[in-house]
Amino acid sequence: MQVITANRLLDGEVVWLAEGGIWVETVSGARVFEGKDAVAEGLALGAAAEKAQLVVGVYEMAVTEEDGDLVPVRLREKIRAKGPTTHPNLGKQAHAAAV
Amino acid sequence: MYRYDEFDHGFVTQRTEQFKDQVRRRLAGELSEDEFKPLRLMNGLYLQLHAYMLRVAIPYGTLNGRQMRKLAHIARTYDHSYGHFTTRQNIQFNWPKLEDTPAILEELAEVEMHAIQTSGNCIRNVTADHFAGAAADEIADPRPYAEILRQWSSLHPEFSFLPRKFKMAITGAPNDRAAVQVHDIGLQLTRNDEGEIGFVVFVGGGLGRTPMIGRKVRDFLPEEDLLAYSEAILRVYNRYGRRDNKYKARIKILVHETGLEELKADIEAEFEKIRFGVLRLPDEEVRRIEAYFAPPPLEVLPDVSSAVETRKATDAGFAHFVKHNLNPHRVPGHTSVTLSMKPIGGIPGDATDVQMDVIAELAETFGHDEIRISHEQNVILPHVKLDDLPALYDRAVAAGFAEGNSGLITDIIACPGMDYCALATARSIPVAQRISERFGTPERQSEIGELKIKISGCINACGHHHVGHIGILGLEKKGEEFYQITLGGSANENASIGEIVGRGFSSEEVVDAIETLVDTYLGLRESEGETFLDAYRRVGEEPFKEALYGTA
Repeated sequence: MQVITANRLLDGEVVWLAEGGIWVETVSGARVFEGKDAVAEGLALGAAAEKAQLVVGVYEMAVTEEDGDLVPVRLREKIRAKGPTTHPNLGKQAHAAAV
Repeated sequence: MYRYDEFDHGFVTQRTEQFKDQVRRRLAGELSEDEFKPLRLMNGLYLQLHAYMLRVAIPYGTLNGRQMRKLAHIARTYDHSYGHFTTRQNIQFNWPKLEDTPAILEELAEVEMHAIQTSGNCIRNVTADHFAGAAADEIADPRPYAEILRQWSSLHPEFSFLPRKFKMAITGAPNDRAAVQVHDIGLQLTRNDEGEIGFVVFVGGGLGRTPMIGRKVRDFLPEEDLLAYSEAILRVYNRYGRRDNKYKARIKILVHETGLEELKADIEAEFEKIRFGVLRLPDEEVRRIEAYFAPPPLEVLPDVSSAVETRKATDAGFAHFVKHNLNPHRVPGHTSVTLSMKPIGGIPGDATDVQMDVIAELAETFGHDEIRISHEQNVILPHVKLDDLPALYDRAVAAGFAEGNSGLITDIIACPGMDYCALATARSIPVAQRISERFGTPERQSEIGELKIKISGCINACGHHHVGHIGILGLEKKGEEFYQITLGGSANENASIGEIVGRGFSSEEVVDAIETLVDTYLGLRESEGETFLDAYRRVGEEPFKEALYGTA
């Protein structure tokens, strides 16, 4: 299972490609791509978004499903999805706590 | 300290205007990311894991209260109210928005600061001894020379597209606190038999994936030849340095592959061509720049302050601070104070906007408005009257930077690691925090004595792990963080590269491993005065290896 991720051009916020070609701020909302061809299609959508000045640094990353939610496989991506482990009050984890 | 002249103001303002327009064109779609990236990097703007990161230059680590207040203001207004002091005496802001960066650069320019030379394959911000101009052991203040090098290297057209980045460091004291031997060019001020000022010159030092100690190319380079000789080195590097492989592009590889003698001959030949040209430093110009760094008027006072002695007798925390965080000053009755940016369990090098404002105020009140950032990620007030220490300490305690741990086991250098950095393979900061907590009591730290732990979150070695007495390198192994330990490194005048002691440790194991090493040292040292590094150099790695891995 792969999802497409990037940073938003304006503020650098970590985003994932969701259904309908929109970019969302939480990995759980990402569109899943299975298989080489699907991932290539996702990356093409990402490249178009890059050209349209929406995002930068598009790449694919592996996720798994845990309790019905998408979770990044690699630690690096886990940290990107939450924020610095040293600053629980910063990044996405801070917004999550506030909700 | 140095004040911008018309030329400095002109080029910093011009650069800010250029970047403003580049950001506008990027946001308007006129520049692609591929086109924009080198431009933003030339202005210190990186894209990290969570956000953009702006690295602001603090030339040779020197700034004043007004500049520190501006950094506090930027942290508060454009970031999450904190900044991070780096191992190159700079400061990084971790959360700026792209659209805000032109405004940040404008604000910096108001206080004669910028983000030029903090990235890219150019000559980077020159670093210097953080006790420059104050230390009792100093031959001469290295900052005038660092400033001259800054003026020569800033936007140098010939050296803006080098094979790779190029770092210079300079120390004015025989006790090297600027790690000059692990820089591309390292300069150590010295005097010849006639008493004239000159430089010992080292070339080809560096850390990263191929750590090397710099090789000495000159025992005495006369002051007037500083720029011509530097230019000769850079020209030889620019011509022959490898551009086919970025991992082999630093000058250290050129030194290694070419051989010292041949390279020296190339440098000397180039130098002979240009030494009597425009780069020959006129004496009056050096003296003019030197005047900017004239020491503050300091009254000679008794070596011992009764205010300090009285307070020491009743306050263990203060006594601990005085014992570890002061460096001898050239004027009796004064000292250089290290404000520790390493609170126990805290993040090495982080300072909040509020702390930055307090540092500015303390510098203005007690320190002749001078502040230094050390490559060890601490803040220094270089000129403080001994009698003022109790009052200064009380303010530092209230602000959270009075830990008396300078040079001790909790005074850890750590890069941002995988909590922020796009290049990192493991986290650094949490390991530093856990080590700090494990050894954090004043008694335990004092018992261990001088011990420099340095942690990098990847092979690029921003955390200087190769030159840590104990170095820790974070890697990824089968998807898990994994830490390799090196022993016996040092970045001072007796520089050495640490040696890998054996197989690495998991994140869970690594702090226990450090404790095993420390306990082993305490068990084998010959006296309390024998430091970890001295003991390691005496006995070698075997006892440590055995303690970690057993005899099998």
